[in-house]
Amino acid sequence: MPVWEKYILAASLQEALEAAANAPGTARFIAGGTDLLLDLQQGRHPPVHTLIDITALAETTALEIRSDELFIGAAVPLSRIVHSPVVMEHAQALAEASALIGGPQVRNTATLGGNVCHALPAADGSIALLALNASAEIAGRNGCRRAPLGELFLGPGRSALDPRAELLTGFYLPLKSSGQASAHRRVMRPQGVAIAILNMAIWLARQDDLIQDIRIAVGPAGPKPLRAVQAEDFLRGKPYRQETIAQSLDLLLAEARFRTSPHRASAEYRRRLAGVLLEDALQAAWQRAGILSGRQGTDRS
Amino acid sequence: MQLKINGNYVSVEPKPGEMLVDLLRERLGLTGVKVGCNESECGACTVIVNGEPVLSCTYPSAKAAGKEVWTIEGLASLSPVHLSTGAEQEDLLRGLHPLQQAFVLYGAVQCGFCIPGQLMTAHALLSRNPNPTQADIRYALKDTLCRCAGYPTIERAILAAAEALRTGKPVKPPSIPASHMPLEVIGTIQVRPDAVEKVTGEAVYTDDLKFPGMLHGRVKRAGIPHGILRRLDVSKARALPGVAAVLTAEDIPGERYHGLVIFDWPTLVGIGERVRYVGDSVAIVAAESREIASQALDLIEAEYELLEPICDPVAARSPDAPAIHPQGNLLKHIKVRKGDVEQGFAESEVVLEHTFHTAFTDHAFIEPECSIARPTEDGRMEVYVGSQIPYADRNQVARALGWPEERVRVIGQLMGGGFGGKEDIMGQIHAALLANAVGRPVKLLFDRHESLLVHPKRHATQIRVKMGARRDGTLVAVETELYGDTGAYASLGEKVMTRATTHSTGPYEMPHVRADCYAMYTNNPPAGAFRGFGVTQSAFAIESMMDMLAEKLGLDRVEIRRKNALKVGSVTNTGQYLDESVGLRECIDRVIAEMDRLIGQGGDPAARFASRSVPGAPHLRRAWGFAVAFKNTGLGGGAPDKASAEVELFADGSLEVRTSSAELGQGLVTVLRMIVAQEFNQPPSKVKVLVMDTDLTPDGGPTTASRQTYVSGNAALYAARTLRQAIASTLAEKYDVPPEQVRFVEGLAQVNGLSLPLGEVVAAMRAEGREPRALYEYWAPATSPLGTGGKMHFAYSFAAQAAEVEVNTRTGETRVLRVIAANDVGRALNPLGLQGQVEGGVVMGMGNALTEHFIVENGRVFTDRLARYRIPSIIQTPEIISIVVEHPTAEGPYGAKGVGEIVSIPTTPAITNAIYNAVGVRVDSLPVDQEKILLALQNAP
Repeated sequence: MPVWEKYILAASLQEALEAAANAPGTARFIAGGTDLLLDLQQGRHPPVHTLIDITALAETTALEIRSDELFIGAAVPLSRIVHSPVVMEHAQALAEASALIGGPQVRNTATLGGNVCHALPAADGSIALLALNASAEIAGRNGCRRAPLGELFLGPGRSALDPRAELLTGFYLPLKSSGQASAHRRVMRPQGVAIAILNMAIWLARQDDLIQDIRIAVGPAGPKPLRAVQAEDFLRGKPYRQETIAQSLDLLLAEARFRTSPHRASAEYRRRLAGVLLEDALQAAWQRAGILSGRQGTDRS
Repeated sequence: MQLKINGNYVSVEPKPGEMLVDLLRERLGLTGVKVGCNESECGACTVIVNGEPVLSCTYPSAKAAGKEVWTIEGLASLSPVHLSTGAEQEDLLRGLHPLQQAFVLYGAVQCGFCIPGQLMTAHALLSRNPNPTQADIRYALKDTLCRCAGYPTIERAILAAAEALRTGKPVKPPSIPASHMPLEVIGTIQVRPDAVEKVTGEAVYTDDLKFPGMLHGRVKRAGIPHGILRRLDVSKARALPGVAAVLTAEDIPGERYHGLVIFDWPTLVGIGERVRYVGDSVAIVAAESREIASQALDLIEAEYELLEPICDPVAARSPDAPAIHPQGNLLKHIKVRKGDVEQGFAESEVVLEHTFHTAFTDHAFIEPECSIARPTEDGRMEVYVGSQIPYADRNQVARALGWPEERVRVIGQLMGGGFGGKEDIMGQIHAALLANAVGRPVKLLFDRHESLLVHPKRHATQIRVKMGARRDGTLVAVETELYGDTGAYASLGEKVMTRATTHSTGPYEMPHVRADCYAMYTNNPPAGAFRGFGVTQSAFAIESMMDMLAEKLGLDRVEIRRKNALKVGSVTNTGQYLDESVGLRECIDRVIAEMDRLIGQGGDPAARFASRSVPGAPHLRRAWGFAVAFKNTGLGGGAPDKASAEVELFADGSLEVRTSSAELGQGLVTVLRMIVAQEFNQPPSKVKVLVMDTDLTPDGGPTTASRQTYVSGNAALYAARTLRQAIASTLAEKYDVPPEQVRFVEGLAQVNGLSLPLGEVVAAMRAEGREPRALYEYWAPATSPLGTGGKMHFAYSFAAQAAEVEVNTRTGETRVLRVIAANDVGRALNPLGLQGQVEGGVVMGMGNALTEHFIVENGRVFTDRLARYRIPSIIQTPEIISIVVEHPTAEGPYGAKGVGEIVSIPTTPAITNAIYNAVGVRVDSLPVDQEKILLALQNAP
């Protein structure tokens, strides 16, 4: 039995939603299909009747500034995000994260929406978007709604979206102001599955020598991409100092649920890497924010 | 839908579940597009869609509607300039894209299977970046894998092509040193005879073949590591429409077991019989399509009485372990004895002991196994397969069919890599059984998952080394104890572990040796031949020990090796007197000289291996590490080692050399062509090469043990000389001159000042009732069995390598920056091919150290997808500096000895020794685990 019967290249959002609602059997939206097609081929996902390709829709392929936000369509290929000057300008952590997903060929088809919908706790795209405070735009038959990114995740590999009635169309990210910057870092191992042992994205706002505001996302640190809010709360309003960072690490380690994954990493190794990534990502974001607000420091990363 | 493919509009309706690669290959015949993994990992299927390289194996064909697709078949037409490349290759390369020309000229093409993906990825890169840096190339090609690891040549070829495209000038030829003793052809730079077809996509691999009425075969695997098959019901599968046959053990007309040395491998496990690993076969299906065959597998009901699997070789040797095979779990106890180790240790001033572990690894050739069996009208069976041992395939297929061997013809196809992993039977017998049952051709293609589960691996080992030495570093006694996990079936396990054992004391002299190896059956996937053939494992152990000994004694690690190194006049641990061709010390000296040049510390031995920090990044530590190795050429140990080759002269003046020896990408065809061209003083392009056909080519023996250049090379050499003499004697008679006055020069035979086109000799010979061809059966020098103290091997190659690593002390991450490799290959017959072997061997050795880990848990394979088994990519490829050392061996063709394995063996210990030198963590278990390094560093007192 073929893994899908019908492949619809939807020409409009309306057509895509209707096709999903009216498909005679199971239907799935598909963009790059990087994960879904392999799951289908390798039997981890049962065969579906209809795949509805959303990569040709105006709504899902826009990458532009919309008033005071950056909009990135869910079906924009990662390679386009990597090379986009506006993404680099306003969401450097996302540019960095996108460049790490898959390989060069995969990034020409794989999309940010797919990375998020797959709902893995250490998806580089999700981690960066979470730190950047992105919200998701979701189209349904009754129109569009917006939801904070974190609400899309139910658990490892489980998305909150209704596969039949809801289509993730894109992400809104706040534009960067002076003194703000972001960075994404990860550690891999050369053996086994190319999933991060640990990744982390940090966004911060810098005012003189103070961390005025900060968001830290880390994975895999639980069933869903994690915002380390206690570490954030601790760091907010504090000066950028080694001992402050070290103290915030303790809080991050307390709220992150690092576990041992066989053949990838022990919880202990992850805990140690968390400190490395926190230092590195924080330093990179801090320096970038300094340059952009005319402060000291050069971006060595 | 309509789409544009290679510049032409095509109207075609997508099929349910169809990927672009299926549309291109199966329906449009564009078989230049390759499928290596079918899981988005290897990049072989890369095509260009709307200007961007994408993976056609996970790109729905329907998605290509209205788009513009380019495949390898269209690349030449994309060439903006048609460049001349200089007189010699002008004809060969005319009409090709500069990238294709550069890949041919630079030797970037080896097995060729990944090349379409490499070229299309590279083309997309150059389209948007005409002047790429090395880093740009590495970034773009990161996930386009090459298991021959021609990465350095691929990189150089792309740079050269980019320059040609920018300047409109011909592709600059590569600068590769020729042999130190070049002849007219031998030792000069020559391109592969099959290079052009491999860059145009015209090269045919087994899965590219289609026959009318061809069915698709698939195999029902047990999926359990150990048990007894109690019930098997194939009735539902047989009833499925489109299924032509389902066969079980009782349907095998001939012998039910196969194997290379020991016939212990059931072709199909019967009811009441034992399943010994997850890949065991219980039923085979032939159906009208692969999908139907796959569906039929799901309908086969098999029930097993589950037994506790035996998961490691030490446990398998325990007296209360259940017997996996009737004769027990011990495949072979291999012993090496020299002197008296107890006395040796008593005389030693220092004694060290340590135990090492190495993991299973997979060959991960990019082309998965494929066999096609085709019954012929005259009642024979043709088997199309990429196999390293065509005559052994013929024998095993015939046995299973219950036929005389001659009724089977194996027609070897281009192989997309082998590395030892295509010596055993995989689908050949199953395809033939099905084809015989239904009277139609049957293709049996493994997907990557099946390939990983089923074919034999590199042996996982446990190696204990006890070493005694004097304070001045002189080795006195070495005792080794090896356990080799040969898995469920023997394959070549006994031979592999014998090599591991005889090489386990390293290329050193010592009076006292005791080595014991237990090659054990377990319920893991079988282990067999893999480039290095056991020596990869034992070299890791002994070379780690040599560094540990040097440190313990406070001696220079290079000096201690030099001091004990085998030399002409040495007696090996097996009692073999080495009377020639031992270039180890030169290898050591040349590597050190190159290191000193690079480091620029005036040759201070302490500085060479010192740990250095990276300016601006104090957490990064760098250091060099060093290791040496030796590796036998040929089967040895008393095994008759022979090869036959035939050389024929045609009326058009061209020559052909034929032998069944296998071309798996390593370049044998180039070597054979060069030898015959040399002997006839002809341009190599005049010599055709035919290999791997059991009807048309005489038996060249197995392509294993680095033996082809030497053994089949000699067969070709002597066949050529025999034919040359026959021609000379014909002409001598005709013109009444002594035969030695007959000369051969480009396209001509010269007698008495008279020049005669070589082709005309054909008629002259025929007129005399002679055929213008000569068959030669070459017998390599006799060897003696292990334990008899004689000549165990007729030649050894030697090598030294230095590797520079960088360890991140905050994360444990390790990378290799540079490798210097010196190899004593006797004589470099084919320097371009040799370079590919050296660079590919180093990268494979690096993979063995850093990336590759075939994981089996309780008999079940965890690394059952390429996504879980990582082979090195271009990103990880270090700078490789190759030094060719030539200590000719008298019997070898022009002095040559084996190359294919020695180049890879010292890399792993050179890397792990470098890690120790950088951060003080001794890696005694492979692969290197960055987590262990970090924890060791942070937990260090």
